[in-house]
Amino acid sequence: MKALCWHGKKDIRCDTVPDPQIEDPRDAIIKVTTCAICGSDLHLFNGFIPGMMRGDIVGHEFMGEVVEVGSDLRSKSAKLKPGDRVVVPFTIICGECEQCRRGNFSVCERTNRNRKIADKVFGHSTAGLFGYTHLTGGYAGGQAQYVRVPFADVGPVKIPAGMPDEQALFLGDIFPTGWQAAVQCDIQPEDTVAVWGAGPVGQFTIRAAVLLGAKQVIAIDRVPERLSMAQAGGAIPINFEQESVIERLQELTQGRGPEKCIDAVGLESHVGLKHPDTIYDRAKQALMLESDRPHVLREMIYVCRPAGVLSVPGVYGGLIDKFPMGALMQKGLTVRTGQTHVNKWAQDLLRRIVEGEIDPSFVVTHTASLDQGPDLYKTFRDKEDGCIKVVLKP
Amino acid sequence: MHQSRAQTVAAGLGFFSIGLGLAELIAPRLVRQALGFRCSDSVVRLYGAREIATGVGILIAWKRAPWVWARVAGDALDIASSRSPAGIAALAGVTAVDIATAARLSREENVPLPRRYDYSNRSGFPRPADEMRGAARTKKERASGPPSFDTTVRV
Repeated sequence: MKALCWHGKKDIRCDTVPDPQIEDPRDAIIKVTTCAICGSDLHLFNGFIPGMMRGDIVGHEFMGEVVEVGSDLRSKSAKLKPGDRVVVPFTIICGECEQCRRGNFSVCERTNRNRKIADKVFGHSTAGLFGYTHLTGGYAGGQAQYVRVPFADVGPVKIPAGMPDEQALFLGDIFPTGWQAAVQCDIQPEDTVAVWGAGPVGQFTIRAAVLLGAKQVIAIDRVPERLSMAQAGGAIPINFEQESVIERLQELTQGRGPEKCIDAVGLESHVGLKHPDTIYDRAKQALMLESDRPHVLREMIYVCRPAGVLSVPGVYGGLIDKFPMGALMQKGLTVRTGQTHVNKWAQDLLRRIVEGEIDPSFVVTHTASLDQGPDLYKTFRDKEDGCIKVVLKP
Repeated sequence: MHQSRAQTVAAGLGFFSIGLGLAELIAPRLVRQALGFRCSDSVVRLYGAREIATGVGILIAWKRAPWVWARVAGDALDIASSRSPAGIAALAGVTAVDIATAARLSREENVPLPRRYDYSNRSGFPRPADEMRGAARTKKERASGPPSFDTTVRV
């Protein structure tokens, strides 16, 4: 089969690799009909997340048709059967451990095959992830024609007949990620919610904040087309290359600051002369003295209204420097973060799509074949050609 | 989004300004002799502080045009302080670049950037965004309360 494989920093290729096989009675093999390149895939592409090995299949946003199941899924009462259309959450869950039973699916205690490495690095292991380093299990990803889905009796979300792939696909990651980012802010009707980053996750976060009733939603980015899409979704745009984020946010909140701040940027914040701390971070990153660039975290802590909430769906991988812990503590801010508990939200969000409350396909700007994937990684990374979300058809 | 040529030149002028300012602070006599300034070393040091301030301003400002115009004003002061034809010629050359850059930046920074891709019709909502505000709180959640992070969902 064809698959997009990681071969090193800035080197992803469309290779021919062996087809996946059933390895466990709870497995299923999915024929991928649509997959996507996620912003967090760019961290792998740019070499900022450790733990990749040459030849690893990437991709954790995918959906398709079940073509084969393991022995546990062959009974008549099995949740999945060949022919079903499913979206597969990027977090692999067992559904049985204590964290899964609590609904904390992204920290499932059983699905990371390399949990000893993760225990060493993070203190405790988190869930296995598709196509996202050997720290999270080293599972083959879904930017491929076929993928093996472990624990297929609990993870995949069945999609109703007739729903286009582009509407359903994002239930596997960015839609619930944006939703969780907003929900964990505990949005109140009088709240101003500021969202840093108007990429795909930022776009869904903005719409979630609007649907959850925020009085005012503000999008912060530098790319005009992303800001125009954010504005379409109900946000007030701030272009940080044209105006001061702090001054504009203070102006929009009568000097109080936004009650809720969401970081949909993560570890690769933009580096520019207008934000000298980003140059400092980039220099330290180059010298391997810091792994992540936390400019957005610093700005959020500074501008957030005291007793406010910071929500961090953006991916961070390691260590940051010059973190204003004093301001965070003195202002009494709450931080909520984590990988998305996709299965906690997916059924509810699927209902919202079916009922017409939202159509997630608005975010798709580029559709291409798997062969074109390596080129589109570059297009997406460089934000060229109006690229916001790339969908691939294997 | 790429920087315009004027922005790039302005950044170069910013670094040049800082470099010249440091030279004026550290070696005022050398600079005074090279540019033919008829003033004391202390005044040259003040000029150096001015150069550094405008250079930093150019590099970190949201709008660079005012800072480059400030350089033009400084250039006029430098030219007025010089009695050397070679020095005046060198200062006039830099002034010409400053004026051209400041004029172009003034034009660029006062017009909205062109938008090549218009996604203003991509809301994802069935109705205008303002009408969707709070929609998730007004359907079934009205009875059961809004979505909560602490809700336990079993698979």
